[in-house]
Amino acid sequence: MAELTYRDAVARGIAQEMQRDPDVVFLGEDIAKAGGVFKTTVGLLEQFGPLRVRDTPISEQAIMGAAMGAAMTGLKPIAEIMFSDFFAVCFDYLANQFPKSRYMTAGQVKCPLVVRTANGASVRFGAQHSQSVENWVMMIPGLKVVAPSTPRDVVGLMAASVRDPDPVIFFEHKGLYASKGEVPEGEIVDTLGTARIVRPGKNATILALALMAPRALAAAEKLQAEHGIDCEVIDVRSLVPLDMQTILESVGRTSRVFTVEENPRLCGWGGEIVSLIVEEAFFKLDGPPVRITTPHIPLPAAEGLEDLALPSVNRIADTVRKALET
Amino acid sequence: MATQTQAGKIPARPNDDIGREVRLRMYRTQIEIREAEQRAYDLFLQNLVKGTSHLSLGQEAVAAGFAAAMQPGDLTFCTYRGHAHTLARGASVEKVLGELMGRDNGLLRGKGGSMHLTSVEHGVMGSYAIVGAHIPIACGAAWSAQYKGRKDVTVCFFGDGTTNIGAFHEGLNLAVIWNLPVIFVCENNLYMEYTPIGEVTAVSHPAAGRAGAYGLECPIVDGQDADAVYRAAQAAIEKARAGGGPSLIECETYRYSGHSRADPAKYRPDGELDRWKQRDPIKLYRSRLLELGIGEKALDNIDREARRFVDEATEKCKAAPPPPADILLTDVYADGGSSWRN
Ligand SMILES: Cc1ncc(C[n+]2csc(CCOP(=O)(O)OP(=O)(O)O)c2C)c(N)n1
Ligand SMILES: [Mg+2]
Repeated sequence: MAELTYRDAVARGIAQEMQRDPDVVFLGEDIAKAGGVFKTTVGLLEQFGPLRVRDTPISEQAIMGAAMGAAMTGLKPIAEIMFSDFFAVCFDYLANQFPKSRYMTAGQVKCPLVVRTANGASVRFGAQHSQSVENWVMMIPGLKVVAPSTPRDVVGLMAASVRDPDPVIFFEHKGLYASKGEVPEGEIVDTLGTARIVRPGKNATILALALMAPRALAAAEKLQAEHGIDCEVIDVRSLVPLDMQTILESVGRTSRVFTVEENPRLCGWGGEIVSLIVEEAFFKLDGPPVRITTPHIPLPAAEGLEDLALPSVNRIADTVRKALET
Repeated sequence: MATQTQAGKIPARPNDDIGREVRLRMYRTQIEIREAEQRAYDLFLQNLVKGTSHLSLGQEAVAAGFAAAMQPGDLTFCTYRGHAHTLARGASVEKVLGELMGRDNGLLRGKGGSMHLTSVEHGVMGSYAIVGAHIPIACGAAWSAQYKGRKDVTVCFFGDGTTNIGAFHEGLNLAVIWNLPVIFVCENNLYMEYTPIGEVTAVSHPAAGRAGAYGLECPIVDGQDADAVYRAAQAAIEKARAGGGPSLIECETYRYSGHSRADPAKYRPDGELDRWKQRDPIKLYRSRLLELGIGEKALDNIDREARRFVDEATEKCKAAPPPPADILLTDVYADGGSSWRN
């Protein structure tokens, strides 16, 4: 078992799939010669050549459109959108094109592609390069949405996404690129739509994903050590399909639920999950579900301000403790 | 800069580069489109076609000319104004009218409607209702052919108004730098929806005037003359198939009806419609075929057959059931359903 950074896991996951299937092609801005602005794609051009790993102009609509046209005619493209904030300039493809082509054509058109993108804050890039926008795409029937938190999950979920016959939006977290984790040798293929219990516990369920998953875990350890509160932490990993079974079973055991979300509260993914829990497991709850989110603000750039905005280990721990005490 | 093509001005001869068989095919295609679209309009009036619909009455020669120059396996991408192109590639009138009428026998079983006609088996990869969206998508299809070493080419149709949206420019640039086997065809019908294109465009030829920015030559073709369209299409398709890269073509044409069903087209200056109708593509083509010695009788037969064909299709569609309720939830995901959770 080797230790790998989350950053290197991206290239490893893409390489694993390109090696396996010659129909997998990869396009995006600065991804080939430069190896990606976050150095997530270093070595792919050298390994797979310029016909499969293609630098594009700054044309997000062309990137998305070309990926779709290639997907519907037999290729399995992976498209990079450098920052997820840029979804806003090519949203037509996410909202109107990829997800609707199969339905509108009664199954004639297929769209097996992956859009991977750098999502999230903690790197002080300010309001237009730091958002967590999983909810922008989660609401669209026809898309699948994943957000891994560990290097191993990056490889395994990348493989699952590339092999999936539907359009998958793959959110990498910028704040995790430098983080490290064990990644086994050999092929890794994970399953979309599976949450993972990263820490079993009895007193409450904490749901998180991406950068918020390690923070939720750290908060749970702190609560255990300082207050003897035993929290179950679930890394949701995949928002569509959504593993409600794992979540509902956990809530059934703990009777309390918290979400930790990097997005502002309104229409964040946690709201949807909480509504499902309330509809389907209301009588198992001992208290109200609580959502821990960023405030209703554009994200600021300065270190101190950005840190205040994002759910921190302390804020998560304090919120959980106070809610359980009352 | 734009080059005025001479293709349409070559005097036609019976055994020239186009020849009798292709000409008859183009005539038949134009007649079929005209009959089918007029029928679609009649069916609106009877409230049997709901929603919206965008007709290509007057623009038939563009669809017929390109379809005749394309080979099986070549791909078509078109806009919401896509009935003509879909029919021209061989999709059945019944399935097209069925789709417009929201019946189970429609091309898309009623799930797409008039603006999304698609027939993958005929190479019609979709009709796109967000202006310009399909231009990059067409690039992707062409990229796929290039990557796989397939010889198919992609033809992407759009309107004059589409040249003012970003996706057009992003797509053209990508096609040129990647040398993609794609042909972009601007059907300049003088209007973006209700506004004359000249009032909102920096150059007088919306496509040709931009071609130079992408290192392309852009012939301006008489879009009322199927022969001229066919020749321009042939040249561009040959070039793309031989690895010579993309082309942009501007066809000057005119739509007889309003932009869509809801539009009485009151914004058009007096006499403009009549002037264009004097150069009706079907009328022009019929006289050309007569000049070439194809008998009136043969042409009348084609006309009659097309009408009968459309009549029969109409009756089948009227008798066809609406789509069953259970398809409401199918084909959202590749597993056939719409499930998003366990
Ligand atoms: C992005 C977008 N903006 C606006 C519209 C509304 N709209 C539909 S068709 C159309 C006019 C397009 O004109 P043109 O490209 O010349 O095509 P034509 O309808 O003349 O064939 C407009 C503005 C749309 N569908 N998509
Ligand atoms: Mg127009």
